[in-house]
Amino acid sequence: MSDSTLLEVRGLKKYFPIERGLLKRVVGHVRAVDQVSFSIEKGRTLGLVGESGSGKTTLGRCVLRAIDLTAGEILFHHEGRTTDLAQLSRRDMRAFRKHMQMIFQDPYSSLDPRKTVFDIVSEPLRINRIASGKALEERVRTALELVGLDLPYMKRFPHAFSGGQRQRIGIARALSINPQLIVCDEAVSALDVSVQAQILNLLKDLQLEFNLTYLFIAHDLSVVEHVSDEVAVMYVGKLVEQAPTQSLFARPRHPYTEALLSAIPRPDPDQPLPESGGIEGELPDPAHPPSGCYFHPRCAYAEAICREEPPPLLEVAPEHSAACHFAADLELQGIED
Amino acid sequence: MSDVLLEVEDLRAYFELDEGTLKAVNGISFTIRKNRTLGIVGESGCGKSVTAQSIMRITPKRNSAISGKIMLHHGSSSVDVLQLDEDGDEMRDLRGREIAMIFQEPMTAFSPVHTIGNQIMEALFVHGEKDRGAARARVVALLEEVGIPAPERRIDEYSFQLSGGMRQRSMIAMAIALNPRLLIADEPTTALDVTIQSQILRLMKRLQRENGMAIMFITHDLGVIASMADDVAVMYLGKIVEYGSARQIFKDPKHPYTRGLLRSIPKFGATEGAHLATIKGTVPVPLDPPDACPFANRCDDYIAGKCDARMPEAVTVAPGHSVNCVLYE
Repeated sequence: MSDSTLLEVRGLKKYFPIERGLLKRVVGHVRAVDQVSFSIEKGRTLGLVGESGSGKTTLGRCVLRAIDLTAGEILFHHEGRTTDLAQLSRRDMRAFRKHMQMIFQDPYSSLDPRKTVFDIVSEPLRINRIASGKALEERVRTALELVGLDLPYMKRFPHAFSGGQRQRIGIARALSINPQLIVCDEAVSALDVSVQAQILNLLKDLQLEFNLTYLFIAHDLSVVEHVSDEVAVMYVGKLVEQAPTQSLFARPRHPYTEALLSAIPRPDPDQPLPESGGIEGELPDPAHPPSGCYFHPRCAYAEAICREEPPPLLEVAPEHSAACHFAADLELQGIED
Repeated sequence: MSDVLLEVEDLRAYFELDEGTLKAVNGISFTIRKNRTLGIVGESGCGKSVTAQSIMRITPKRNSAISGKIMLHHGSSSVDVLQLDEDGDEMRDLRGREIAMIFQEPMTAFSPVHTIGNQIMEALFVHGEKDRGAARARVVALLEEVGIPAPERRIDEYSFQLSGGMRQRSMIAMAIALNPRLLIADEPTTALDVTIQSQILRLMKRLQRENGMAIMFITHDLGVIASMADDVAVMYLGKIVEYGSARQIFKDPKHPYTRGLLRSIPKFGATEGAHLATIKGTVPVPLDPPDACPFANRCDDYIAGKCDARMPEAVTVAPGHSVNCVLYE
């Protein structure tokens, strides 16, 4: 860990019980997040990718303590102090929340339709008792200006806005209390292509201006490549690969990452999707994951050991770790420009 | 030109709202050929879905006015789909047998209270199949065809028991049940993960190769269009602003909107920290649009007095490549 680390997650687990019958007997667990560790430096972006059901949203919500975790540490380094969020009581956590915010995927359902833009953006400031009266208005004004929304819009309701503008409102709300960490959960997935670029640029500008740290959860790999300094790949609750962005895309070390990259349709008719090959099958049921390496039933390189032994996440190159028995031996295909 | 399957001419779909006339589709023309894929690309509100619904005659009835021609050719005979009674036998027979459609959200496209098998079998019964056993065997074969494992078991399951990818496969099975000559796919992979998306796209290509059907593929995803389409129509606010082969559109885009779209998607390996090119503003709602270039207010090449004066004519810039923009007139 370096001095500039803001967030350090160690061995995070979130198990959801599977209940049966009248007495809600627990008959098993879904390991939505299983032994995940990572850290993010201040002012940097960690991209988190994986298929739906891989646990990436659950992980993001655990980090914010929006849901309680089963085990693990969430160390938040701020102003020379280290706080383990996992140990905080609900009350202490509430006080701590001003340091972290979330931007949601769906700008239509994440804004209360009965509140004005002013009410929405000022809410975190009021709840955390940071500002009131004139000062509150000033803070809201600043936040709206930062995201490029015209001030007369303050008195309007969300329905009057387009998807891109709503997402700007959501970002203004997140920014209003000067958080350190922002979890962006599919923050641009619902937007039109031309608007998505505006929001990505805005997030980048704000990061530079306020030294913001992002945990950027997304399924679109070209977006993740664009915004992230580092990327973590999740599969059925576990991290299977983590590396600096450039290194991961140029030379992936886990067959799952290779499969993900090869499945991206490129905006170039000269690079069509391969007619054959490619990843088969679907994400396994996290309540009944396969034995050994969870990816082995879909993996083109699987051997006997993959069915038996779960591979540990190990460093295979500088700063580049992968959870694959053959990470060091395989020559996997990345993305060429 | 016997390979022309569908000819759309000056299609307009207007909806009367309290606020004014919503011109969802505002005078578009294109042709669809046998064994080829026409990609229709555009952002939300450009009219791509309403275009598909107009061909299927499933647009909302209230306060709507659909005009133009949609000629469906079959050998030497032709029929204007827009002249048929949308609830009549002729149109009902045409749906499924001639033109079938798959949707973005297979969860809502299937009824949750009937099994997948019964719903596909119903399509066969409506179109003349009498024997229940034969229909069931056909559905099992179809499910297998689209890559659903254990089809004899899956046939008795409900849509909510299937994953998103399996639901989309089932919908494709239902769509191809009667060997339609045209398959309209409206954002069929948008709700799917990239891995499942590539499986579905490959499946559609294989089916096209095997039975020669034409595909009209609607999406906002430029990567998907580049992988699937032979020809591409770029739509904006109810108009086709550029039309050409996939190669022409992606390698030599002419319209400022097409160029802007292509520039605004993140490219792999682009300089770190670089800003994405953007198109300013947002997509407006086509309420009582003026008779002018729909992109004028967002265009960097906007020429006052020209772009807002009238809708630019289609200009052919290369064989098969046309663009509606004053820059090329």
